[in-house]
Amino acid sequence: MAGRAHKFGDNINTDEIIPGRYLNTTDRAELARHCMEDAAPEFTGKVKPGDVIVGGVNFGCGSSREHAPVAIKAAGCSCVVAESFARIFYRNAINTGLPIFECPQAVKAIDQGDEIEVEVATGTIRDLTTGETFKSLPFPQAMRDIIDAGGLMEYVKRGG
Amino acid sequence: MGRTLAEKIISEHAGQDVAAGQIVVVPVDLAYVQDGTGPLTVSACEKMKLERLANPSRCLLFLDHSAPCSRMELATDHVRLRNFAAKTGAVIYEVGDGVCHQIVAEQYAAPGMIIVGADSHTCTGGALGALATGMGSTDIAVAMGLGKTWLRVPETYRINVAGRLPAGVFAKDLILYLIGSIGADGATYKAIEFAGETIEKMPMHERLVLSNMAVEAGAKCGIIRADEITREHLKHYGREDAFREIAPDPDAAYERAIDVDAAQLAPMVARPHTVDNTCRVDDPDVAGTEINQVFLGSCTNGRLEDIRLFAKLVEGKTRHPRTRVLVTAASRDVYRRCLREGLFEQLNDFGATINTPGCGPCCGVHAGILGDGEVCLATTNRNFKARMGNPRSFVYLASPATCAASALTGCISDPRGGWSGTTD
Repeated sequence: MAGRAHKFGDNINTDEIIPGRYLNTTDRAELARHCMEDAAPEFTGKVKPGDVIVGGVNFGCGSSREHAPVAIKAAGCSCVVAESFARIFYRNAINTGLPIFECPQAVKAIDQGDEIEVEVATGTIRDLTTGETFKSLPFPQAMRDIIDAGGLMEYVKRGG
Repeated sequence: MGRTLAEKIISEHAGQDVAAGQIVVVPVDLAYVQDGTGPLTVSACEKMKLERLANPSRCLLFLDHSAPCSRMELATDHVRLRNFAAKTGAVIYEVGDGVCHQIVAEQYAAPGMIIVGADSHTCTGGALGALATGMGSTDIAVAMGLGKTWLRVPETYRINVAGRLPAGVFAKDLILYLIGSIGADGATYKAIEFAGETIEKMPMHERLVLSNMAVEAGAKCGIIRADEITREHLKHYGREDAFREIAPDPDAAYERAIDVDAAQLAPMVARPHTVDNTCRVDDPDVAGTEINQVFLGSCTNGRLEDIRLFAKLVEGKTRHPRTRVLVTAASRDVYRRCLREGLFEQLNDFGATINTPGCGPCCGVHAGILGDGEVCLATTNRNFKARMGNPRSFVYLASPATCAASALTGCISDPRGGWSGTTD
């Protein structure tokens, strides 16, 4: 998968990813329309299928709302690359099938708008604009199993 | 090798000795959702065909984040949660019953339990010696349906607090100081153990503040060993049977130890828009900042002792005309006790608005959303941009005492001048 990088700073919280005032809906299109609305109002107008969110440290901190990874996915983003993730967001992303990659080197090197290609299976991140390649930290096997099943619901349905 | 509180509790549940870093499947003692996260849990249960819950009486649904409802869509979500409770036997807490974490602290949490909730402040239950942690809706659907969850055993930071908190300084100031010191991601993924002589003497309503805000430093949980104060709390709510002693081993391995001298602390304020953006209340950057709204309430500081202290500090006075004051008891029990003690009558005379027990304006859904450019000083736990419903407003966090002093002057004020409260 490949797309443009949308860069965000440190401590992007789930209120910014999807504000509390929209939590009355589980409609994916509606969540997508308001994704990142308070952090970057222009984001939803610019994001294209396959684009990548690049965040700093502690991405997804705050409220436990699972609407956050769902909104990012619904907005068309293929994955999130960050220096680090907040704990609950990390679980929620795995559970809902949003690929996430922890890779401080990539975050520092990637510029806003760079063309990024990510290989989910190997965690390889390529900045096609600069030609640089990065490798993210691997997932532990227990999480790998959930990711490979396509999320926690599929994992449970298969009797995992 | 000795074990931390987190390792001990997870080992007991996993049926094997575990150490930090391991991933294990454990049975859960309690699982809950609220009205914001619950609808996704219901959907997930339906999709996974997990509608026969493993232990329905230990599955709780709380209508607290929008209560009473502000919009028809939210009211319809409430209908969905009520129907799910009726169908599965899960326990529902109605509009007006209060904030999930306060009700769990009053009626459910006990030493040694594993508690999971689809709300990040589920960590509040750690004050009673439980391993309590927030997760997402799908995780809680699995916990309710199968009665178990997977956990990575966390490394532990031990926070040792010694000395006596000065007059006008509270657990809220201590935790804001700590978060400011280690940062909003300073304890990401870690368990925090709060310990030391200050914590040993600290009353339960203050311990709950520390555990409640552990997540604001990124922690998985904030645990305090169970002791006589825990037993007294349980006894007060008719649950003394649920008491058991649980403490970390003396030779437990901690990843990091942080020492804090309580006597050196001052009232603290968290400035917009992150909880770790803290300073002392007398810092010129915040002292005198004009405020339009004070909010006294939430799962952090909406307990009887908080409302009682606020009322005492403003007794016989009226609020500053610039500053409206919203008061929300954290639970129906707190509300009743406030009524019985005449606190609401007094606060009404002060010019405050008394709202329904629940989350109040903390989560920006109802009951006190801010206007463009407005400033709120709140006893809550988060001051993110738009947290109180408007990206063009500003939320500062402080203790109930600092909020009381500031409601009188209309600007952020030091509660220590002419201190007339109590420190216990």
